[in-house]
Amino acid sequence: MELLAVFPPLFAFLIAGLFGKNIGDKGCQFITCMAVIVAALSSISLFFDVILTENMVDAAYSTVLANWITSGDFTVQWALKIDQLAIVMMCVVNIVSACVHVYSVGYMSHDPCKGRFMAYLSLFTFAMLMLVTSDNLLQLFFGWEGVGVASYLLIGFWNHKHSANAAAQKAFVVNRIGDFGLALGIMAIFVVFGSIEFDTIFENAEQHAATTMSFLGFELHALTVICLLLFIGAMGKSAQLGLHTWLPDAMEGPTPVSALIHAATMVTAGVFLVARFSPVFEYAPIASMVVTVVGATTAFVAATIALTQNDIKRVIAYSTMSQLGYMFFALGVSAYGAAIFHLMTHAFFKALLFLGAGSVIHAMSDEQDMRNMGGLWKKIPVTYAMMWIGSLALAGVWPFAGYFSKDIILESAWADHTWFGDYAYWMGIAAAFMTAFYSWRLIIMTFHGAPRASEKVMSHVHESPSIMLMPLIVLATGAMLAGIVFYGGFVGSSTEHHASAETHAEITPAAGDEHGSDTHESETHHRSSLDVNVWSKEYFWHDAIKVLPHNDTVEAAHSAPFWVKKMPTAVGVLGILLAYLIYMVKPGSAAIIVRIFKPLHVLFFNKWFFDPIYHCLVVTKSLALGRLFWRSDKVIIDRIGADGVAAVSSRFAKGLSKFQSGYVYQYALVMIIAFITIITWFVLKADPSFYSVSNIQNVEGLIR
Amino acid sequence: MNMPPILSIMIFLPLICAAMVALIRGEKGEEAIVEKNIKHLSLFGSLFILAFGLFMYQNFDPKASGFQFEEQYTWFQSAGISYHLGIDGISVFFILLSVFLTPICILASWNSVKTRIKEYMIAFLVLESFMIGTFAALDSILFYVFFEGVLIPMFLIIGIWGGKNRVYASYKFFLYTLLGSVLMLLALLMLYVQTGTTDIPTLIANPVGFEMQKWIWLAFFASFAVKMPMWPVHTWLPDAHVEAPTAGSVILAGVLLKMGGYGFLRFSVPMLPEASLYYAEFVMWFSVIAIIYTSLVALVQEDMKKLIAYSSVAHMGFVTLGIFSFTQQGLEGAVFQMISHGVISAALFLCVGVVYDRLHTREIGSYGGLVKNMPIYATFFMIFTLGSVGLPGTSGFVGEFLSLLGTFQVNTVVAAFATTGVVLGAAYMLVLYRRVIFGPQDNKDAAEMKDLTPMEKSIFIPLAILVFYLGVFPNVVLSRISPAVTEIVSIYEAVEATPEQASFGPENTNTEEEEGE
Repeated sequence: MELLAVFPPLFAFLIAGLFGKNIGDKGCQFITCMAVIVAALSSISLFFDVILTENMVDAAYSTVLANWITSGDFTVQWALKIDQLAIVMMCVVNIVSACVHVYSVGYMSHDPCKGRFMAYLSLFTFAMLMLVTSDNLLQLFFGWEGVGVASYLLIGFWNHKHSANAAAQKAFVVNRIGDFGLALGIMAIFVVFGSIEFDTIFENAEQHAATTMSFLGFELHALTVICLLLFIGAMGKSAQLGLHTWLPDAMEGPTPVSALIHAATMVTAGVFLVARFSPVFEYAPIASMVVTVVGATTAFVAATIALTQNDIKRVIAYSTMSQLGYMFFALGVSAYGAAIFHLMTHAFFKALLFLGAGSVIHAMSDEQDMRNMGGLWKKIPVTYAMMWIGSLALAGVWPFAGYFSKDIILESAWADHTWFGDYAYWMGIAAAFMTAFYSWRLIIMTFHGAPRASEKVMSHVHESPSIMLMPLIVLATGAMLAGIVFYGGFVGSSTEHHASAETHAEITPAAGDEHGSDTHESETHHRSSLDVNVWSKEYFWHDAIKVLPHNDTVEAAHSAPFWVKKMPTAVGVLGILLAYLIYMVKPGSAAIIVRIFKPLHVLFFNKWFFDPIYHCLVVTKSLALGRLFWRSDKVIIDRIGADGVAAVSSRFAKGLSKFQSGYVYQYALVMIIAFITIITWFVLKADPSFYSVSNIQNVEGLIR
Repeated sequence: MNMPPILSIMIFLPLICAAMVALIRGEKGEEAIVEKNIKHLSLFGSLFILAFGLFMYQNFDPKASGFQFEEQYTWFQSAGISYHLGIDGISVFFILLSVFLTPICILASWNSVKTRIKEYMIAFLVLESFMIGTFAALDSILFYVFFEGVLIPMFLIIGIWGGKNRVYASYKFFLYTLLGSVLMLLALLMLYVQTGTTDIPTLIANPVGFEMQKWIWLAFFASFAVKMPMWPVHTWLPDAHVEAPTAGSVILAGVLLKMGGYGFLRFSVPMLPEASLYYAEFVMWFSVIAIIYTSLVALVQEDMKKLIAYSSVAHMGFVTLGIFSFTQQGLEGAVFQMISHGVISAALFLCVGVVYDRLHTREIGSYGGLVKNMPIYATFFMIFTLGSVGLPGTSGFVGEFLSLLGTFQVNTVVAAFATTGVVLGAAYMLVLYRRVIFGPQDNKDAAEMKDLTPMEKSIFIPLAILVFYLGVFPNVVLSRISPAVTEIVSIYEAVEATPEQASFGPENTNTEEEEGE
C-alpha cells in the first residue's frame, strides 16, 4: 500500500516526461491525474490502517526498498517509513496535489506545454512523498533537493519571461543556502550518532543530551549544534526570515504551482523536518528558543508586508510566510502536534486561497494587480464564496479550520511560560490581527467596489469551468471541517474531557464526509468504535512525536485562561471590521492612513528592504570577488607561473642572442675564456690537493 | 583461474589500432572513403576495447583486497625495474572511464574535425593506450612513462586541432605539467636510491623515514597538484580547455584530471603516510581555497568552456579534501567524485560542443532561449547541470557528500567552508543554464539551430543513464572501491596509533590562511 501511495507519481512523471509526445497532452493529463488520485486514495487508506486502528496500537512500520550508499560504517537505504507523522503528511500532499493536478487541467488549457507542466507537478509530488516517508536523513535530503528542483522548473515554467527565470534561479540558490546547513547537520549527526537513520538517532538522543562536539573550533553542545544546523535548512525551505526572499518571487510560477508548492506542501517541509526531529529538539532548549524567536518574528514581519502589497498572489504569499512562522514558533515551544495540525489546515485553506486567486486571475485575463480589480463578486460567485471560506479559515473564525489550529498554537505559546513563549504569543496576536485585516482588504479590493479594470477585460470575466471549481470545493470542505474534526486527534488532551472532544464525538460523521467528498470512498467508520478519551494526541501520534512531560505545552494550553483563548478571535474580528471600515465604508481613507504612517508604510511596502540589502551585500560582492580572483589568475598567478617562466626564458634567449654578434674577435674571446675555465675546472677537480691547506701554505711560501 | 594478460591486451590494442589507422591509405580522389574507413576503424577499435574493459570488470573480484590481473615481466634487470601491471578497486574504474570515454570522443569528433583526421584518430588511440597504462602500472617507472606519455598526444590535440590561441594554451599546459613531472621523477629516483626498488606494492609496504618522506611528498605534490589541478597551479586548465577541441576537453576533464587524484592515492597517500598526515591540513586549506575561489571565478565567466573548466577545479577540490581526510568515507567519496566528475564534466563539455559546432562561439551571451528550438538538448543539458550541482539522485551528490562527510569528521571548519561550494556551484551552473537555455531568443542564428542529431543523442543517452544509475545505486562502485580504501585507512590507523610525528604546526597553518585571503 505504501508503494502505491508513493510511486505512481514517479511513473506518471516518467511516462509523461519521456513519452509526452507520443501520448499527447490529453494522455499526459489523464495519466498524471490518475496517478496522483491513486496515491491519494492509498494514503487515505493508510491513514485508516495505521492511525485509526481499532485498538490504538502503534502500527508504524518501515519498508526497505534497496541499499543506497554504503561506505564503511556509513550506510543509507532507500526505505519508506510509514508512521503517523509521515501518513498525515502523505495525506496532505497527495490530496492537495490531486486537487491541483485536476485544477491545472483547466487552468493551463491555453498553455502550449501542458504535458511538461503535468509531468513536473508529478515529479514534485513524488519528491515530496520521498521526503516525508524517508527513514533516514539522506533520503530526506534527496526529497528535499528534489522538491527544490521541481520548484525551480515550475517557477521558471514560463521560461520566456525574464522575471520567471530569475525567480526560479533565486529560489534554488537561496534554498541551497538552507541546504548548506542541512548538509552540515547531517554530517554532524553522523559524527555524533554514528548513523543517520531516524530510529537510531531518536533512540540515542537522550544519551547524547550532554554530549559536546567540536564545531568550527569551539566545543559546543552537540544536540544544539545539530538542531540549529537542521533549522537553517528548514529556514531555507520554509521561507523563514532571512532566507525568505525567494518565496514572494516564486509567485512568478503558474498559480497552481503556488498553491501546491509554495503554500501547501513544499514550504512546510521545514516544519515537517523539525517535527520529525522532535526527539532531538526536546534536548536542545536553546535551539528551540531560536526556532521560536525566528518563527514569531517571521509571522509578524510577513504580516506587516502583506498589509501593503497590491499583487493578489504576493499578499497570499506573504500570508503563507506568516503562517509558516506560526508553525515554527509552535515547534519551538514543543507544540509539535499543534504545528502539524496547523500545517494540515493551512494546506487546505491556503491552497484554496491560491486556487481561488488563480480563478480570479484566469477570469481577469491574467491580471494580478488588485488595484485593477473590484466589483467581481457577482460575475464569479463560486470563486467569491470559496475565497470567503479560505479567508475565514485563515483569519481563524469559528468553526473554520484555522480557528482551531491557530488558537491551539497561540495558547501553547502562552502556556510555555518563557520569555520567548510570551514574545511568540504577542507577536502571534499582532499577526492574527493583521491577517484578518489583509484578508478582507484582499476580498474587498478584488470583489467589491466599482470595477477598475478596462471594459474589455470586464466583458471577458467569466466563472471558471467546473474542472477548476471541483478541486476548490474539495479544498473548501477541508478548510471548513479539518479543524473541528481532527482537533482531538492532533492536539486533544488525553487526561481531561475537553470541550472539543465532545464536539468531535458529534461530528464524527462529518469526518467521513470530508474524505468522502474528495475520494468518493464509502464512509467506513473505523472510528465509531473509539471512545472519546482515546481520540487524543498521545494515541494519535504514538512515537512519531516526542515531547518531554515538562515541555508538554499543548496539554497545558487546554487550561489556559479565558482571555488567552479568546484573544485571537477577538483581534481577528477586529481586523475584519477595520478592513471593512477602511476599504468598504470609506474607500478613500486608506490613502490617508498611509500618509500618516508614511515611514512604516515605506518599510512594509518595500518588504523591510531585504532584497536590496542582500543584493548589495551578497550578490554584487560575490561577483566583484569573482572578477577580482579572475584577474588575479591572469595578473598574479600566471605572471609568476607559466607566463613568468616563459618571459624569463625568452629574455634569457634574447640575451643569448646578443652573443651572436658575428664578430670573430668576440667569439674568440668567449672561446678563450671558456677554454681557460674548463681547464681550470679539470685541474682543480683532478688534483684536490692542489687547493688543500698545505698547498696554500706552499703557495704562500713561494710568494715569500 | 588462468586469465589472459588482459591489461596488456588493453594497453596494446589501441596502439595496434592506431598502427592500422596509420596504414590506411588511398589514391587521390578517394579521400572521403579513406576518411570514412579511418573513422569506422577507430570507432570499432575503441568499442572493442570497451568490450574488453567490461570483460575485465566482469571478472574483477569485488571483495578481494590487493591487486588483481597482475602481470610482471623483467624489464631492466640491472635496475630492478619491471613491467608490472595490476589493478585494484580504485584503478579499475579509471580504466573503465578511459575506455568508455574514448569511443564517445571519437563519435563527438565524427563531423566536427575536418583536418588531418588520420593523425587525430591516432592521437586519441595512443592517448587511450597511455591512459590505461597509467592506471594499470604497478611499477613507478612504468607509471612515469605512461603518465608523461599522455602529455604528448594531448599536447598535439590541443596544439593542432585547437582554437585560435591554441599554441599558447598547449605550451602552457605542457610547461606546467612538465615542471611537476620533473620533480616527480626526482622523487621516484630518491625513492629508488632509498629502497632499491621501483615496484609500487613493495614501496607501499616499506615506507621510508619521516624526514625523507617530507621531501619526496613535496615533489610528488608538485606533480599531482598541477595535474589535479589544485589552486594556485590551475590556470593552465581553463586555457587548455578553451582551446582544445571538444573531444580533447572531454578527455582532459574526464580522465586526465583524474591522474592527479589517482597519483595521490597510489603514491603520496599509501607510500608516505606520515608526510601525508603532516601536510594534510595544508592540502585541505588549499582545497577549500580552490573550491571557493574558482567557484567565484566561474560565476563571472562569459565563456562556456571556461566556466565549466573552473567548475572542474572546484570539483577537484572536493577530491583532495576527501583524500586528505584519510577516512573511509572521504577516500571513497573522493574516488567516486572523480568517476562521477569524469562522466558529468565530459557530458557538459559535449553539451558545449553541440552548440559550438552549430554557431562556432563559446560566448554565453550569444545564446539564449535554446529551449524553444532545441528542447531535447535542453533536457540533457539540464540533467548534466543538475548532476554537476550535486543533486541527490545523480552521481554528483554521492561523491561530494561522502568527501564532505569524511572531511567533517576531521575538520569541521574546513568542511563548513567547503560546503559553501555547494551553494556557489548551484549559482554558477544555473546562471549558465539560464542564460543559454532560457530567456528571449536574441540571436537569430542561435534561434535557428537544429536540435540534437541521432548521433548526438546516442552519445548523451549512455552518459545520462550513467549519471542517474550511479546516483541511485552508487554501491556498485563503492563496494568495489571499499577493499582498496580500507587498506589505505588501515595504514593511517596504524600511523596515528604511533604518536611520533607532529602534525602540521599551527603557525604554518596560519600562514596558509593568510595566503588564502
